[in-house]
Amino acid sequence: MKKNILYALAGIIFLGFPLVVRSDYYQHLLILALLWVIIGSAWNLLAGYTGQVSFGHAMFFGIGAYTAGILAVKFQVSAWWGMLFGGFLAMLIGLFVGWVCFRLRGPYFALATLAGGEIFRLIATNWESLTEGMVGILIIQSFRSKLPYYYIVLALAFLCVYVIHVVMKSKWGYYFVSIREDQDAAESMGINTALYKNISLLISSFFTGMAGAFYMNYMAFIDPHVVFSLHYISIMAILVGIVGGVATITGPAVGAFIMVGLQETFRSAFFGLAPRWTSQAHALVFGLLVIFVILFLSNGIVGDWPKIKRNILRIGLSR
Amino acid sequence: MAILEVKNLTKDFGGLRAVDNVTFRVEQGEIFGLIGPNGSGKTTIFNCINNYYPITSGNVIFKGKDITGWKTHKVCHLGIGRTFQVVKPLSRMTVLDNVTASAFCRFGTIREAQSEAMKVLDFCTLLDQKDKLAKSLPVGGRKRLEIARALATKPELILLDETAAGLNPSELTGAIDLIKRIRDRGITVLIVEHIMKVIMTISDRIHAINFGQTIAEGTPPEVANNPGVIKAYLGEAYAQGERY
Repeated sequence: MKKNILYALAGIIFLGFPLVVRSDYYQHLLILALLWVIIGSAWNLLAGYTGQVSFGHAMFFGIGAYTAGILAVKFQVSAWWGMLFGGFLAMLIGLFVGWVCFRLRGPYFALATLAGGEIFRLIATNWESLTEGMVGILIIQSFRSKLPYYYIVLALAFLCVYVIHVVMKSKWGYYFVSIREDQDAAESMGINTALYKNISLLISSFFTGMAGAFYMNYMAFIDPHVVFSLHYISIMAILVGIVGGVATITGPAVGAFIMVGLQETFRSAFFGLAPRWTSQAHALVFGLLVIFVILFLSNGIVGDWPKIKRNILRIGLSR
Repeated sequence: MAILEVKNLTKDFGGLRAVDNVTFRVEQGEIFGLIGPNGSGKTTIFNCINNYYPITSGNVIFKGKDITGWKTHKVCHLGIGRTFQVVKPLSRMTVLDNVTASAFCRFGTIREAQSEAMKVLDFCTLLDQKDKLAKSLPVGGRKRLEIARALATKPELILLDETAAGLNPSELTGAIDLIKRIRDRGITVLIVEHIMKVIMTISDRIHAINFGQTIAEGTPPEVANNPGVIKAYLGEAYAQGERY
């Protein structure tokens, strides 16, 4: 009951936000945060719930972004079609990546996906006739105001989280977690682990690809250095998942807001209040935060919320 | 009718021949024991039956079908359930969820799978712990959970790999009773075990191996009196005819 009130409240706040806060700057931050809700949740489905920790989610993001960009620049089709086609193309590449990488487990799978991300970054950088290489792709924005972009990404974020919620409550949810806990036991229980790992990857790559296509439409400019970035995309997705709470539904959403907030706080040197050098410190702070979370809150903020309540907020302690 | 036939099974790991030309038949409804020293290849044979390890040569025939090389999950669907010697609980899932996940092999909806899981948990006396995380179970519970997961796939043949190891005497009685009740349900049991009290008392027939090769097969008394088995495995006490 309490949860439903919380969700309803959150819904109202999100729906009304850009009408109340008219500043472009804060609307931009919210759009970024919602974008990371999508990417983080999608990553979490594959990594947190199915146990296949991907270090290469930038692959799918970049493919989505470039699909949208190439459709606009080379085929004179609206970049918004990229949301659909980008998602599907990301799924297709995902199947190929799965075929190569799922024969590996644990850290080897992580390394293979990391390599995958870098491979696609290099392809995009060098296949200039298709992607314009380092020059990047520039399109004309469809809307001048941020409002339509905000509501589109909000709808996408809601859709993504809802789909993952429904999937995890179903038989697939049981199967994904069984594969994570012990793949060999799962196989002996009659679970076609190859199939279900790929299903998880398909859903994950689809939403990440859609997010990439949205990014193309919103920012109007992409280049391989940003959208296929190991640091800005792949690692950020992992941080969002870990800090928020892997294997929870709302964890990545919470993680997205925290990480984007933290990133912006440091990039802007505490919104202008701190000395200039702090704007370089965000990587350091990210690292420290991840270490802290792994040591003390390994289930993330959402996963270890009872622990946080007890120790930091001191709720629920008897005397 | 032989529910399982293992014919000339050979498994090599590189240069090491772990299983060497082993052949045996398991009749429907019996409890068939597999004994041998540690490292003799018993678990490897199990792993070959459900293709967890690919077979080097030989055939596995289940209910008349040659299932050699079939994918592990398909073997499970066909009707062979197995437990692992080193138990593999799905640690961060509850006991009920562990077995429900297994029951999806035969049931489509969550409600049906869960209700089947509850029945199986009751059969294995784990119902009172259904909401505990699997990792919080002690070894006896984990062994029973391992069996419950295999039973939820409604097998016709169940492979039990040292399910009584590590149990105290009272738990042992419960384990023997559970195996008998499984057989009474019509499930054929192929069991690997070191604890003589278990395997000699409940098996209908026993196959003994050493260094991957068959050294004897027969009823428990026949196998216990076989010189090769005594030499390799049982020790003089059993040769003198002492009761287990």
